Amino acid sequence: MAFYVAQFLTGLASAASLFLVASGLSIIFGVTRIVNFAHGAFYMLGAYAAFTLTERFSGALGFWGGIVAAALIIAAVGVLVEMVLLRRIYHSPELFQLLATFGLTLMVEDVVVLIWGPDDLLGRRAPGFKGAVDFFGQSIPSYDLFLIVLGPVVLGVLWLLFQRTRWGILVRAATQDRDMVAALGVNQKWLFTSVFALGVFLAALGGALQIPRDAVNHAMDLRVIVEVFVVVVIGGLGSIIGAFVAAVLVSELNAFGILIFPKISIILVFLVMAVVLIVRPWGLFGRPEAPARRTPGLTVNPWRPLTTNERLVALAALAVAAALPLVAGNYVLTVGSEIAVFVIFAVSLHFLMSVGGLASFGHAAYFGLGAYGVAFLAKLAGLPTIVSLLLGPMLGLLGAAVFGFFAVQLSGVYFAMLTLAFAQIVWSIAFQWVSVTGGDNGILGVWPDKWAATPSHFYWLSLGVAALVVVILRVIVFSPFGFGLRATRDSPLRSEAIGINVKRIQWTAFVIAGTVAGLAGALFAYLKGSVFPDNMGISLSVDALVMVLLGGVETVSGPVIGAIVYKALNIWLVSQTDLSKLVLGAFVVLIVVAFPKGIVGTLEAIMQRGRKSASSASPLLTSRIETAE
Amino acid sequence: MRGYFAGAGLMVAVATVAGSAMAQSVIKIGEINSYSLLPAFTEPYRKGWQLAVEEINAAGGINGKKLVVISKDDGGKPADAQTAANELVSSENVAMLAGTFLSNIGLAVSDFANQKKVFFLAAEPLTDAITWSKGNRYTFRLRPSNYMQAAMLVEEAAKLPAKRWATIAPNYEYGQSAVSVFKKLMSEKRPDIQWVDEQWPPQGKIDAGPVVQAVAAANPEAILNVTFGADLVKLVREGNTRGLFKDRKVVSFLTGEPEYLDPLKDETPEGWIVTGYPWYSIKTPEHEAFLKAYQAKYNDYPRLGSIVGYQTIKSAAAILAKANSTDPEKLIAATEGLSVPSPFGEITFRKIDHQSTLGAFVGKTALKAGKGLMVDSVYRRGSDYLPSDAEIEKMRPKD
Amino acid sequence: MSMVPTLLSVEGLTKSYGGVHAVRGVSFDLRAGEILALIGPNGAGKSTCFDMLNGQNIPDSGGIRVLGEETTGRKPRVIWRMGVGRTFQITATFPTMTVRENVQVALVSYGRQLFNLWSSTARYAREEAGRLLDLVGMGAYAGRPCGELAYGDLKRLELAIALANQPRLLLMDEPTAGMAPRERIELMRLTARIAREQAIGVLFTEHDMDVVFEHADRILVLNRGTLIAEGSPEEVRGNAQVRAIYLGEGLVYDARHRDGAHA
Repeated sequence: MAFYVAQFLTGLASAASLFLVASGLSIIFGVTRIVNFAHGAFYMLGAYAAFTLTERFSGALGFWGGIVAAALIIAAVGVLVEMVLLRRIYHSPELFQLLATFGLTLMVEDVVVLIWGPDDLLGRRAPGFKGAVDFFGQSIPSYDLFLIVLGPVVLGVLWLLFQRTRWGILVRAATQDRDMVAALGVNQKWLFTSVFALGVFLAALGGALQIPRDAVNHAMDLRVIVEVFVVVVIGGLGSIIGAFVAAVLVSELNAFGILIFPKISIILVFLVMAVVLIVRPWGLFGRPEAPARRTPGLTVNPWRPLTTNERLVALAALAVAAALPLVAGNYVLTVGSEIAVFVIFAVSLHFLMSVGGLASFGHAAYFGLGAYGVAFLAKLAGLPTIVSLLLGPMLGLLGAAVFGFFAVQLSGVYFAMLTLAFAQIVWSIAFQWVSVTGGDNGILGVWPDKWAATPSHFYWLSLGVAALVVVILRVIVFSPFGFGLRATRDSPLRSEAIGINVKRIQWTAFVIAGTVAGLAGALFAYLKGSVFPDNMGISLSVDALVMVLLGGVETVSGPVIGAIVYKALNIWLVSQTDLSKLVLGAFVVLIVVAFPKGIVGTLEAIMQRGRKSASSASPLLTSRIETAE
Repeated sequence: MRGYFAGAGLMVAVATVAGSAMAQSVIKIGEINSYSLLPAFTEPYRKGWQLAVEEINAAGGINGKKLVVISKDDGGKPADAQTAANELVSSENVAMLAGTFLSNIGLAVSDFANQKKVFFLAAEPLTDAITWSKGNRYTFRLRPSNYMQAAMLVEEAAKLPAKRWATIAPNYEYGQSAVSVFKKLMSEKRPDIQWVDEQWPPQGKIDAGPVVQAVAAANPEAILNVTFGADLVKLVREGNTRGLFKDRKVVSFLTGEPEYLDPLKDETPEGWIVTGYPWYSIKTPEHEAFLKAYQAKYNDYPRLGSIVGYQTIKSAAAILAKANSTDPEKLIAATEGLSVPSPFGEITFRKIDHQSTLGAFVGKTALKAGKGLMVDSVYRRGSDYLPSDAEIEKMRPKD
Repeated sequence: MSMVPTLLSVEGLTKSYGGVHAVRGVSFDLRAGEILALIGPNGAGKSTCFDMLNGQNIPDSGGIRVLGEETTGRKPRVIWRMGVGRTFQITATFPTMTVRENVQVALVSYGRQLFNLWSSTARYAREEAGRLLDLVGMGAYAGRPCGELAYGDLKRLELAIALANQPRLLLMDEPTAGMAPRERIELMRLTARIAREQAIGVLFTEHDMDVVFEHADRILVLNRGTLIAEGSPEEVRGNAQVRAIYLGEGLVYDARHRDGAHA
């Protein structure tokens, strides 16, 4: 019995650490609607700063003062980030903030190594909390007890802050309706800044408090960020109490789960999230969100098929690309193939998120399923390349059909999170089921048949498939189905009122996107000759999001350009420098701030301006830019 | 900023600018590792191979040709490692590939090498598959494998009286195969032991408190640990606080390597049986020479990665010198059975499975002046901890 | 004229939230070509009633029949397929499409072409879309981005969309809300003309009494969830109870306080 109590308390201590970080994320999301990917980075910075301060200043005061000071310093950094970066992009399309904070995270990962060095750092134990308390023969670290107390204390303080102060009431009002607070004449800018500062403070404090238990290192951010997202979503976005309950739930399930299934940890939080979202689509304590109001004015230009001239240009570009093997060597051709594969992947996600308005955070799952599909068919069944290429993506189709059915019942961030959960579940199956998938050692020797084996042939194959896919998806975009899909994105209410079965349309789109992603994965497997679980990992999903956003989420051709630019840049940077994350992150941030419409969107705007100024200036476009402030 | 740019970067520039005239007098090795993902391990590794390059060229290069190493980062992703390998082979025309740390990346590059018929000397990956079940003609491996490390540890562990064993290992292929090999070898020597608990925390994400508590609840007499890095630190801290290691024997993979032992500082648990690299207590002339050169160049002590990096390039140079050609077939012929000196003494690249006989030190952890050390350490030659040829032939695919 | 069919018949419609009756025992009929107004003070249950008719809300009891077919509890899209078009209080259109495309989507759905992945929508039912836009006086705007339209034009576009399925019945929730007075009259005249020409029955809710008394053939008055009066504009205007409850200032406030939450 004492053991179970001890295990319960241990779970509570884990929950407290998780809650601190999660509450900050929840507060930030609630008010600013920013999906702050950099939250993990602030957590890590908090730990590093606390390490430095507590090493420098000795004694109890030095330790506790150092912890608090570290959180305050990082909160100040957060304020700087909010004012310099986020303020510029609050009015950008949804998810652009995610992209910016993702770029920031990449930068921070390299920066901490430059500042603090590559080694894991062992922080001091907390003065007064070094030992353990004996509980009927079970040792419970006194620091755990401290954390167990701290969690509810922070919860209480936050509750008082939100219930009893004018600031807190404004924050709650803003969480429910941002526009209303603006109408009340509150200085929204500073409200957002202060909320962001509080959120970052909590993240940094969470990180700083880890130093007596953890080793401070440059991968802490990714370890925590996904888990924290999951906790926030399970609890219900914007709900502090929800974050607390979810943190306890997840931690306790883990603490007791490992007693029965020692391998459960890797998948547990995602299972819990998937179940919660299917049963309660807005999390345990979340409220159904009013259908997101689309940022007005950003999409005034309706999509149109390419004109004859533009088609000729596209054909010419394709012809030039097809002529590459005449001049380029094997390496360039293989890189070209890889870019073509990612064009396919990016357009498949674009189809789902730009055409269908369903931003998936787990699109790599279907890419990976396609890749594994090919690997199984080619390695186990020994099928020829062309057959595997055609059948492999069916695994992606199957996965998309099953997961998509549940995912399209949700929308917005909850949709994103459920897709993420499914992707993580698929990933951990590939990662753990060693006897079938080879685990993280993957499946090797998936090389194409002779006709496609040379770099130039494979390049032509990939280019041809990519061109075909782009054309087909474009045709679908302008087909009746495509219009129906855009209708569900623009106004679910109106769609339903003109007889459109919204969920079925979205599900179909999900399956199409998943199948195309699977095709990309299938080609990728043959390109690399092997498949690994990270073919379906989070970073690949994020890569795809970045490509689409970079190209311009509100354009039709954006993902093609976005994929080419991002992938080429990525490969080149990784080849040229160890600091590729720093450079790439800076580039992403720059794009987001300077060209919030993405590359293609910006080009279109420039051309539009040229066209308009020839006839008459568009009052709408200019007025939009003003109202965005 | 880093030696890398001054070194490899400059070499790349020189090599490309100088063009074909230079190509005659230069031999290029393409090197890949997870520099950005695992700087703690790959920095010392890089220093090691850079020292080797310097020594080789100072001694006149390889058969009169200057050795150039072109180094690429793989970001910890197998797919990116293949892109890098392709660039090195197709654009840089390297004579061979070398490097890699993670097992899956080592396997990816090994498979690439097999497909493209390129010689590959895997430096650090531990997985047994790379030389056995997924071994191929073009791939050799330097570092003692998972199996070898397990066999070295089992030799000591079997002497312990403990009968009730628990295991803690990261939940991925490395952890799983380390545990399964250890269990197999151990059960052969000690049929009387029982496996009372196993914990599989996710790699890099251990929730150490519940894990420690769960293991303690099973009340084992001894524990096998396979976690490393930040997970190990958390496990040790929680284990120390909760008294998990008190009166229990612990056998732990790799923990004696400075990369993993040093971060534990004054919390280093004492008396763990570990494999590792006690650079401070190896008194052979080969090692002292290496140590002196390394410390002179970097004003820092070597890690195990330094040894691996150094020996990878030293071995590669010996192979290139003996083959006197960059033809992969000749390189393979030259490597099979080749013996080269190393800081740990002479090692041989076995013909049967392309594994080098580089060994490891087995000893006990100790705490001295607030720092973790390995004491009572003995060098175990790799050749003594490999299965019989018949077993290997069964596992390894025919070329 | 007795041959004019009953389009919509509502019987004993009832809905309550937490014990409070939002709508109680409401029954009425609507005939082809008839324009019927549903009025009442805030919180009288108009919106609840309306949502039940178009399928967004399920009644606790009572029945709704459209052209003799039961629609109670069916989904909005199913009711639409039965020949019921609707407009919203706050316009719901597709801002990223052109005006013509907005109508074309509705036509695509009506023609059951939604899962056609291949043909070009631009050419689909272009003339029909143009005809509908001409009908509501939006023909000249067909190529304009919908996102650029003024509010009054959006309302007219909505009407065109609502007519795409050749409805027998139009449900219009506050069709003139947010419009300038001149636009209101124009829109309602247009609606009335279309209804008469095509024998469409129209049920609308409205706050503007000028619009109601000018255009409705018949008026239903709802108060606290029950129907308290029904008849021609003249009859309703003369109904003392209506005057007392609806037009009397003080009682309007009272009603708001009581049922405001369910409006």
